Amino acid sequence: MSETLQAGTSGSLAPAMEARGDVVISVSNLSKTYATGFQALKNINLDIRRGEIFGLLGPNGAGKTTLISIICGIVNPGAGRVLVDGYDIVRDYRKTRAIIGLVPQELTTDAFTTVCSAASLSRGLFGKPSNPQHIEKVLRELSLWERRNSMIMTLSGGMKRRVLIAKALAHEPTVLFLDEPSAGVDVELRRDMWQLIRKLRDAGVTIILTTHYIEEAEDMADRIGVIHKGELIVVEDKVELMRKLGKKQLVLHLLEPVERLPGELSGYSLALNNHGNELVYTYDTQAGRTGITALLTDLSRLGIRFNDLHTKQSSLEEIFVKLVGDRQ
Amino acid sequence: MNLYAVRALYDYEMARMRRTLVQSIIAPVISTSLYFVVFGSAIGSRITQVDGISYGAFIVPGLIMLSLLTQSVSNASFGIYFPKFVGTIYELLSAPVSPFEAVLSYVGAAATKSVILGTIILATAALFVHLQIHHPVWMLLFLVLTSVTFSLLGFIIGIWADNFEKLSLVPMLILTPLTFLGGSFYTIKMLPPVWQSISLFNPVVYLVSGFRWSFYSSGDVSLAASLGMTLLFMLLCLAVVYWIFRSGYRLKN
Ligand SMILES: Nc1ncnc2c1ncn2[C@@H]1O[C@H](COP(=O)(O)OP(=O)(O)OP(=O)(O)O)[C@@H](O)[C@H]1O
Ligand SMILES: [Mg+2]
Repeated sequence: MSETLQAGTSGSLAPAMEARGDVVISVSNLSKTYATGFQALKNINLDIRRGEIFGLLGPNGAGKTTLISIICGIVNPGAGRVLVDGYDIVRDYRKTRAIIGLVPQELTTDAFTTVCSAASLSRGLFGKPSNPQHIEKVLRELSLWERRNSMIMTLSGGMKRRVLIAKALAHEPTVLFLDEPSAGVDVELRRDMWQLIRKLRDAGVTIILTTHYIEEAEDMADRIGVIHKGELIVVEDKVELMRKLGKKQLVLHLLEPVERLPGELSGYSLALNNHGNELVYTYDTQAGRTGITALLTDLSRLGIRFNDLHTKQSSLEEIFVKLVGDRQ
Repeated sequence: MNLYAVRALYDYEMARMRRTLVQSIIAPVISTSLYFVVFGSAIGSRITQVDGISYGAFIVPGLIMLSLLTQSVSNASFGIYFPKFVGTIYELLSAPVSPFEAVLSYVGAAATKSVILGTIILATAALFVHLQIHHPVWMLLFLVLTSVTFSLLGFIIGIWADNFEKLSLVPMLILTPLTFLGGSFYTIKMLPPVWQSISLFNPVVYLVSGFRWSFYSSGDVSLAASLGMTLLFMLLCLAVVYWIFRSGYRLKN
C-alpha cells in the first residue's frame, strides 16, 4: 500500500518499482545437476507474483524441494538465475534471504533446545533484533505459547512442525516457503495452519507451498505449477487450469440398463458405467455448444430413458494425474 | 555484517555449553585433578625438579594445553557437526549469514569455552601446587591463540566428518599422540637427540613450550618460534576454512 503511495508521489521511485514490478520471485533458465550426475531441474522458468499463494505440485522426486532449496540458498544453483525482489540470490544473498522464510519438508529441529529459544535464534540468524512480543505473537498463533519452555524433543511430531513454522515466521518474512507443511499433521492443525496462511497472505506475504494433498492446493492456491521429472510442465491460474483442463461430465442414471450403445450415438463421447446403468457424457465447457440438448433429444428418440442426472467437474487431482500421465 | 546473527549463534552455542555443564567443565576438572594425583604426586615425588621447577608445577602448563587442545577440537567439531547430522544446518545455510560470520560465531563460542576451561584448570591446579606466572599477558595470549586455532581445527573436522567415527578419529589418532609427545609432561631436552629433532616437527611442542615460558620464563624452544608456529598453524586453519566456504565443500550440494 505504502509502496504504491510512494510511487505515486515520488517520480524517482517509479523506475525501481517498475523493475521489481509485481513479480517477487523470478526464476529463469534454472537447471540443477547434483554431484551424482542426476539432473533434478531442467531449464525452469517461473515468476511468482507478489502476494499470491502459489501451489507447487509434482510427484515424489519431481524436484520441488530442489527448486525451493536453491531459491533459499541451501542448494547451489546450477545454470540459470533467480531474482528475489529484484536481487540476485547469489550476489545479493543477504537481501534475498532476509525476506524469505522456509518451513522445510523434513522435521529437523534441535531436540535439546526450548521452543522459545529456537524461535529467537531464527530471528537473530535472519538479522533482526530480538523482539519477544513478536515471538510471543507467533507462538500464540501456533498454539505453542504454553509449551514455549518445553524441550523440543518432548513435543509431538505435529508440534515440531509448528515449531518449524514459528521459526520460519520469527523474522517476519515477506516470502514464505512451505515444503509439504501438512505432512503428518492432523485435521485440526491443518485447518489452523491454513487459517494462519490466509492471514499471512492478507497481510501481504507471498506464499509458495508444495503439497501432495491436491485438495489443499485446490483450496488454497491462487496459481498452480506442476513439476514433473525436473520440468515445469504447467503454470496456470488455478481457476483457469481447472476450466481449461477440467472436463465436465453429465451422468445419466438409466431406467433400464443398456448393454451396448446404439450406433446413432457414436458421435458423442459417451461411456457406459456401472453395468450399463449409467451413461456418462463428457463435454467441453469452453465449446460454444455443449451438445447436451442434442444428446437428450437423441436419447428420447431412441427410447433410452433416465430417472436422474447430475453433472460433475474433474478435480485438480484428476487434472494432475492426467498431466503427469500424458508425460509418461 | 549481520551482527544479530553472530550474537544469536554465539549465545545459542554458549547455551549449549551451559546445558552440558558437567560434560564441558566438570569432567576436565576431574581428569586434571587425576593427572595431578598420578603425575604430580605419585611420579613427581620421584622426579622432584625439572628446569629448577617442582615437577607438579612444571606439568601445569602442559596439562592446560592438553585439555585446551582436546576440548577446543571436540567442542568446535561437535558444534558444527551436530546441525549437519540432524539437518538443522538448513537454517544456517538459508540465513543471510556470511561464512565469516558463521565461523566467527561457532569458533568464537568454542574458543570462549576453552578459555574458560583453561582458567578453571589453572585454578584447580593452584589448589595442588604453588604456581607462579611470570608473564600473565603472554599466558593469556597463548591461551586465546591456542583456543582459537584448535577451535578452527575442530570446525574443519566437524565439516569434514560425515559420521561419528570420523569425528573422533582425528582427535584420537592424531591429536592425543601429538599432545602426549609434545612435551606436556616432560621437556624434550630429556629425550635422546634423535627424538628431540623429531619432536620439533610436532606443532604441539611449540604451543606447550610457549605457554610454559609464560609461566616460568623457560621453554624448549624460543618464544619467537613458539609464537611463530602458533600463528602459522592458525593461518593454515584459516586458509582451509576459507577454502571450505569458497568451494562449498560438504556443506551444500
Ligand atoms: N543431494 C542429492 N544428491 C543427488 N540427488 C538428489 C539429491 N537431493 C535430491 N536428489 C534427487 O533429485 C530429485 C528431486 O528431489 P526433490 O527432493 O527435489 O524432489 P521433491 O519433488 O521434493 O519430492 P518429494 O515430493 O518426495 O519431496 C530426486 O530424484 C532425488 O533423488
Ligand atoms: Mg520434497
